[in-house]
Amino acid sequence: MRTITYRDALREAIREEMWRDERVFIMGEDIAGYGGTYAVTKGLFEEFGEKRVRDTPLAEEVITGTAIGAALGGLRPILELMTINFSLLATDLIVNSAAKFHYMFGGQPEIPLVIRMPSGGGAQRGAQHSQMFESWYGHIPGLKVVMPATPYDAKGMLKSAVRDPNPVLFIEHELLYSIKGEVPDEDVEYTVPLHLGEVRRLGRDVTILTFSRMAHISLQAAHDLAKEGIEAEVIDLKSIRPIDIDLLIDSVKKTNRVVIAEEGWKYYGTGQGLAALIYENAFDYMDAPIQHITGADVPMPYSKALERAALPTKADIIKAVKAIVPTHVGV
Amino acid sequence: MPFPLTETMHQVMTPEGKIIGEVPLLSAEQLVKLYRWMVLGRAFSDRMVALQRQGRMGTFSALNGQEATSVGLAAPLQQKDWLAGSYREILSYLVKGVPMQAIMKLYRGYVSDDYSAEAHCLPIQIVLATQLPHMVGIAMALKYDRQPQVAVGVCGDGATSEGDFNEALNFAGVFKAPVVFVVQNNGWAISVPRSKQTAAQYIAHRGPAFGMPGYLVDGNDLFAVYKVVCDCVERARAGEGPALIEAITYRLGAHTTADDPKRYRPASDLTEWGKRDPILRFRAFLFDQHILSEKDNDVLHEEVTTEIEQAINRLEALPPQDCAQVYDLVYSELTPQLKAQRAQIMRELGRE
Repeated sequence: MRTITYRDALREAIREEMWRDERVFIMGEDIAGYGGTYAVTKGLFEEFGEKRVRDTPLAEEVITGTAIGAALGGLRPILELMTINFSLLATDLIVNSAAKFHYMFGGQPEIPLVIRMPSGGGAQRGAQHSQMFESWYGHIPGLKVVMPATPYDAKGMLKSAVRDPNPVLFIEHELLYSIKGEVPDEDVEYTVPLHLGEVRRLGRDVTILTFSRMAHISLQAAHDLAKEGIEAEVIDLKSIRPIDIDLLIDSVKKTNRVVIAEEGWKYYGTGQGLAALIYENAFDYMDAPIQHITGADVPMPYSKALERAALPTKADIIKAVKAIVPTHVGV
Repeated sequence: MPFPLTETMHQVMTPEGKIIGEVPLLSAEQLVKLYRWMVLGRAFSDRMVALQRQGRMGTFSALNGQEATSVGLAAPLQQKDWLAGSYREILSYLVKGVPMQAIMKLYRGYVSDDYSAEAHCLPIQIVLATQLPHMVGIAMALKYDRQPQVAVGVCGDGATSEGDFNEALNFAGVFKAPVVFVVQNNGWAISVPRSKQTAAQYIAHRGPAFGMPGYLVDGNDLFAVYKVVCDCVERARAGEGPALIEAITYRLGAHTTADDPKRYRPASDLTEWGKRDPILRFRAFLFDQHILSEKDNDVLHEEVTTEIEQAINRLEALPPQDCAQVYDLVYSELTPQLKAQRAQIMRELGRE
């Protein structure tokens, strides 16, 4: 095992897949000589050349459309959109082409397309560039939507995404690129399945359902809660679509209490979808109302102080847990 | 050297059938075959509209009046060249090798599981202009593999106002993709006339703006369309990059079976464009050159009618669409959620 950054883990996955399969190529804005705005593709242009590492004009709609076409033509494109906020321009191509063609074309052509893009706030990018859109895309049949939280998953899931025959939206988080974590040595080949969540911490008193950067915040909250005798189980969903229902329902049946922690907005999103699944599948096991921690229901403020206030915190999670876990626990 | 803005409309044969340009070198047999495709296209379109009226087909877009462009843009292509159009390019698809049965199944409501990959056509989808970025992507894949093939993307005049059209041209120019864009300018985007899509004189002028040649062609002149498409395709095949063709034609029918053009279109338009009917023009040439006789023409029409009727009979003998298949096709494999939904439907239908 080595300790490397999330950014380096992503680059290793791309590099290894490009060596493994010459049909894999990457394109996007500023990804060639510049190495990507988050430095994920640094060095790949020098290693693989302009045929396989392509800078494109600034036009997310057509970049996405051509990537879909290239996939239909037998290649395995990895598309980097500079941020998920830019994917709004490509939504028609993602929703109406990528997600539909396998179905509309009678199951014949595969669309082995990966769209990588960072999301999230916390870096003072302002109202237009700090958003979470996994709920939007997670709504669409035909797409896979994954959000790895650790370098290990970033590498293993990106390799799986490249090999997957379906379009995969691989949503990173701007504040995760520099985090470090353990990853197997470079000569150890591994992949991580796209459809499974993971129990990050076992606990008996409450289940915290979370994903992406909030998985880290949730683990910190669980750590603090343990000092007070409350054992929280932390489930990192990792995949928004498909959702690992069994994993979360099994946990809920055990702990009987749930806190959902996500960075995005509250209404009609992933968290509320999870709450509905829990009510459908485990209502009789619930001992308390589901608590839902989210970002503030406002466009992300540009002010550093206000942005911090708009994002969900460890303290919010701890407070939510304490609101539903009986006080005798841990005493 | 920048590409010039053309003002010349390529024409080989006038509406009266007079040859004013270079006739492509095609055998009598090939000429009759092209003519047969045009006849089949119109007969197919008329029959599909009639079937829609009887509730035997879904919403259909008649292609009447656009047979010369439809056939002329597809006939020069090799089997492994790619083609993607809109819902109005069905005849091009038939020429390219998509079985009539596959098209009919689609409009009948079947999941088109006999989409013919060998025909190298992207199946019909109805979002305007998105097929153009897809074709640029396919062209990039062809170039990536050093294949001597080209991709042809077709859309209507309305679709040229979409961002996808302009972005696709720009992208193709930058990457010198082996792609040919054909615009079937039929004068109307449902009820909106071409004059309200762009203040520019010609759509073809956008070719040079994106670093590629732009051609104007009489879209009701099969020879002219065939010749210009041949030239552009061979140019792209030789690695010289993309081209844009604006074929000026006219939609003689409604936008779709859900539209009534009498509400917005002067009847005089039809009279005027009726005189430029692409099938009559080509037939006049075949008669004049003694390539086709009146009797041959009658036989050909009968054959085409029989071919269409046989396809309809085969179609209507098929069992209904299986609903389980709908779940199977969302992903390459069933997700746990789809598996559960599929099982539920099967249980309710007593088909566990």
